[in-house]
Amino acid sequence: MIEYHLPILQILVPLVAAPICVLLRRAALAQGFSIAVCWTTFAMSIALLLRVAEVGTISYDLGGWPAPWGIVYRVDLLSAFILLFVSGIGAIVITYAPRSLASEIPREKRYLFCTTYLLCLTGLLGIAITGDLFNLFVFLEISSLSSYALISLGKSRRALPAAFQYLVMGTIGATFILIGIGLMYMLTGTLNMADMAVRIRAEEGLRAALVAFAFLSVGISLKMALFPLHAWLPNAYAYAPSVVTAFLAATATKVSVYILLRFVFTVFGVEFAFEDMSLDAVLGPLALAGIFVASTVAIFQRDIKRMLAYSSVAQIGYIVLGISFASVTGLTGGIVHLFNHAMIKGGLFMAMGCIALRLGSVEIDDMRGVGRRMPLTMSAWALGGLGLIGMPVTVGFVSKWYLISAALEIGWWPVAVLVLLSSLLALVYVWRVVEVAYFQQPSERAAEAREAPLAMLIPTWVLIGATVVFGLWTSLSVGVARRAAQLLLGAP
Amino acid sequence: MSGATAIGLALALPLVAALVTVVLGRWPNVRESATLIVAGALFLVVLSLLPGVMAGERPALVLFSILPGLAIAFRVEPLGMLFAMVASGLWIVTTCYSIGYMRAHHEEHQTRYYACFAVAIFGAVGAALAGNMLTLFVFYEVLTISTYPLVAHHGTEKARAGARTYLAILLTTSIGMLLLAVAWTWKIAGTLDFVPGGILAGKADDAVIGVLLLLYAFGTGKAALMPFHRWLPAAMVAPTPVSALLHAVAVVKAGVFTVMKVVVYIFGIDLLRTTGLSVWLMYVAGATILIASLIAMTKDNLKARLAYSTISQLSYIVLGAALANSWGVIGGSMHIAMHAFGKITLFFCAGAIYVATHKTEISDMRGIGRTMPFTTLAFMIGALSVIGLPPMGGSWSKWYLTLGAVDADQLVLVAILMISSLLNIAYLMPIPVRGFFSAPPEGSEQRGIKEAPLFCVVPLWFTAAGCLVLFFFADDVYRLLAPLAQP
Repeated sequence: MIEYHLPILQILVPLVAAPICVLLRRAALAQGFSIAVCWTTFAMSIALLLRVAEVGTISYDLGGWPAPWGIVYRVDLLSAFILLFVSGIGAIVITYAPRSLASEIPREKRYLFCTTYLLCLTGLLGIAITGDLFNLFVFLEISSLSSYALISLGKSRRALPAAFQYLVMGTIGATFILIGIGLMYMLTGTLNMADMAVRIRAEEGLRAALVAFAFLSVGISLKMALFPLHAWLPNAYAYAPSVVTAFLAATATKVSVYILLRFVFTVFGVEFAFEDMSLDAVLGPLALAGIFVASTVAIFQRDIKRMLAYSSVAQIGYIVLGISFASVTGLTGGIVHLFNHAMIKGGLFMAMGCIALRLGSVEIDDMRGVGRRMPLTMSAWALGGLGLIGMPVTVGFVSKWYLISAALEIGWWPVAVLVLLSSLLALVYVWRVVEVAYFQQPSERAAEAREAPLAMLIPTWVLIGATVVFGLWTSLSVGVARRAAQLLLGAP
Repeated sequence: MSGATAIGLALALPLVAALVTVVLGRWPNVRESATLIVAGALFLVVLSLLPGVMAGERPALVLFSILPGLAIAFRVEPLGMLFAMVASGLWIVTTCYSIGYMRAHHEEHQTRYYACFAVAIFGAVGAALAGNMLTLFVFYEVLTISTYPLVAHHGTEKARAGARTYLAILLTTSIGMLLLAVAWTWKIAGTLDFVPGGILAGKADDAVIGVLLLLYAFGTGKAALMPFHRWLPAAMVAPTPVSALLHAVAVVKAGVFTVMKVVVYIFGIDLLRTTGLSVWLMYVAGATILIASLIAMTKDNLKARLAYSTISQLSYIVLGAALANSWGVIGGSMHIAMHAFGKITLFFCAGAIYVATHKTEISDMRGIGRTMPFTTLAFMIGALSVIGLPPMGGSWSKWYLTLGAVDADQLVLVAILMISSLLNIAYLMPIPVRGFFSAPPEGSEQRGIKEAPLFCVVPLWFTAAGCLVLFFFADDVYRLLAPLAQP
C-alpha cells in the first residue's frame, strides 16, 4: 500500500511537515523534526529508485483521476535519480545545519528557516516527479519563492539585494517558462507531458511551437544560470547563509537542468530540438564560453564563496555541453555530472561553512594558514577541489572522461581539448586557495581558529567521501545515468 | 605468497606507512622506525615477485571497474618490476638519509613530510605495477599531487613559487595532453591494456598515431622533455632527500617509465620502427640531452647543476624508447635503474655537503675532499656512473643505447651520445677533483675530517656501492628486461 503511494508521499511528507515546523516554534524542536523528515524523504527516494529499477517507469494518478485529465506523477529512471540526490543532499545539509545556523540566523527565526527549507525541498522534488506541465510550474514557483526567502536570511546586509536580484531574474525566467507552457497548452490542449509529446509531434511546422520552444529554453537557461544568464547566481550564493548556499548550489540549478532535459527530450523530442531548432549550435558554444569565462572570473575572486559560485556557473557549462552532444555518451556525461557536481559543490560549500563559522570570514586573506588550524575541514576542501579539477579517483574525472569521449566520438576533438584546458583554469582557482591555506603563515583570524565541530565535519566528509567513492565505484551513478540517457534518446 | 596478494600488499604497505606516520607523529623515533620497517617489508614483498617474473610469469590483480570496461588493474611485467624494485629499494635508503638530514637541519612539519613521502611511493609503486594505461594515469597523478607538499615544504615565497611551477607544468601537460591521448587511445583501440606488441597497430592511420605519440611524449611532463622541463629545476627548492628520491628516482622515472611503457605496450616497437614515426622524438631527445648538459655547465648551484644533468639523462631513456629497437628499449630501461643509483648518490652527497658545511655553490666547494673525503669519494663514484664509465653500472646502459643508435643507422645520435658523455665529464668531474686537489678557500682554516651525520653518510655509500655492484650484475638486469624486446 505504502509502496504504491510512494510517489505522492515523496512530496506530501516535506510539504505537510513545513507548516508543522511553524507550529513547533522552538528552534531545537523544529530542527530535529526537519532532520527526521528529510531523512525519511531520502529513504523514500531510495525505495522509489529501487522500484523504478525493478519495474520500470511508475505512473501515479493524483486523486485517482486518470491522465490526461488529472495530474499524473511519473517517475522514470531520470526522475528517480534526481529525486535521490536532491533528497540525499537535502538530508545531509539539514543535518549539518543546526551548528552552522547558530552563528548565522537568530534563534527566534530558525523555525522559519526550517519551514522554507522544507518547502524548497518539496518544490525541487515536485519538479522532478511530476508529469504535468502546469504542476511543474507550480513546484518551480514553490522552490523559487522559498529560495528567495532562504537567501535573504543571510547575515550580511547585501543578502537582501542579492535575494531581490535573484527574485527579479528568477521571476523573468519563470514567466518565460509560463508563457512557453501556455503556448504549448494552446497548441495541444493538454498539459500532460506524455500526451503533449504525442500531439506536438503529430503537428509539424507550427510557428507557435517554435516560439514556445524559444521562450522555454531562455526561461530555463535563466533558472539554471547558463552563461550569459547567470548574473543572479554569484551574489545569491555569496551572501546567503552557508547552509542555504550548500543546499541551493547542489540542487537548485541541477533541477533546472532536469527541466531542460524533460522539455527537450521528452516533450519536444530530439529531432525537433536538435535538427529543426539546432539547439546544439546554441547550447554548445554558450556552454564552452560559460566554462571559460566563469572559470577565469573565479580565479580573480577574493571571496571564496563567490569564487565557488562562479565555478558553479562553469560546471553548469559542462553539464549543458554534455547535453548539447545529444548522444548517449554525451548525455551520460551530462547527467552524471549533475550528480557528481552536486556532491562536490555541496561538500565544498559545507567546508566553507565550517570556515565561516570558525574564522568569521570567507576571504582568501583570512584563510591564510588555516590548513594547520583546521586540518579536517581544509583537507575536505582540498579533496573537493581536486574533484572540480577532474583529478582521477574523484567523481570529477568520471564526468570529464565521458565528456571527452563524447567529443571524440563525433570527431569534435577541439572541444575535447577545450574541456581539458578548462580543467587547468579550475586548477588555478582551486590551487591558489590550497596554497594559501597550507603554506602561508596563519592570518590573525586563522591563528585563533580551531577545528570545526563534528556535527558539521561529519556531514561535510560524508559528501566529500562520496566524491571519492563514486569516483572509484561508478556502476550506480554511470549505470543509472547511461540508462536514463538511453531512455531520453529513445535508444534501445 | 601468490602474485596477486603480493601486488595488493605492495600497494597497501606505503599507505599503511602514511597512516602510521600520521598516527605516531608525536613520537619521532617511533614514527621513523615504523616507516623503516614498512619500507623494508615493501621491498621484500616487491622482491618476492621477481623470481616469477624472471621465469616468465605475469602476476595480475584486478581491483574494480572505474568505468565500464576500464578497471583499476595491475600486471607485473619486467619493466614495471625493475621500476618497482628501484623505487621501493631506494625508499629504505632515502628514509635513513632523511632521518639524518631532516634532524640535522631541524626541519619543521616532519610528520607531513614522511606521510607525503609514503603516499608518493604508493604512487610510484602503483604506476610501476599498473596493468593498463588508465591505472598508470591515476597513479601518475597521485604522484604529482602527493609530491607537491614536499616541494613546497619550506613554505617560503621561493618554495611556494617553485612548487607552483612544478604543479602547473606537470598538471598542464598531463591533463592537457596525456589524458587526451589516453581517451583517444581508448576510442581507437577499445582497450587500454598493456599488451606486448601494442594495441594500436592497424587501428588508425599513421597521422593519428604520430599525433598520439606527440601527445604521449610531451604529455608525460615528468619525462622532462624540452620544452617542458622547467619544473625540474624549480622543484629543487625541496629538501635534498626529496630531490634525491623524487627527482632522481620516483617522479622523473615514473615519467620516462610511462614513455617507455607506452612505446612498448601501447604502440609496439615494431609499429614505430616500421613507420618511422618516432624519428622526430629521437631528435627532440637528442637535443634535450645536449642542451640540458650545456645548461648544466653554466650552473654554479650544485643542486641546479644536478637537476639539469637529470633532464639530460632522462632523455637518454626517451631516446632509447624512440629508437624502437631491442637495443634501444633495453638500454633505455636499464638506464632507469643505473641512473637512479648514480643520481641519488650525487644528490645525497649534495645534501651531506649542505648539512655539514651549508655550502650550495660549487665554487665554494674547493678543497671539500679534505674535510669530507668519504662524501667526495662517493660523489666521484656516482659521477662516473652517470658519465657512463666502467666499472660503474651506467656504462652498460650507455653501451646498449649506443648500439641501438647504430642499429637504427642514426649516426648523428651516436655522436650526440658521445659528446654528451664528454659534457658530463666536464660538468661533473671538476667537483670531486677540485675537492681533492684544490686548496680550500681562504679563511676556512678547518682541519681534520668533519663529515655529515652517520645517517647521511652510510646511505650515500650504500648507493655508491650499488653503482659498482650493478656493473657486475648487469647481466641479470638484461635477462629481466630481455622479454621487452621480443613482441
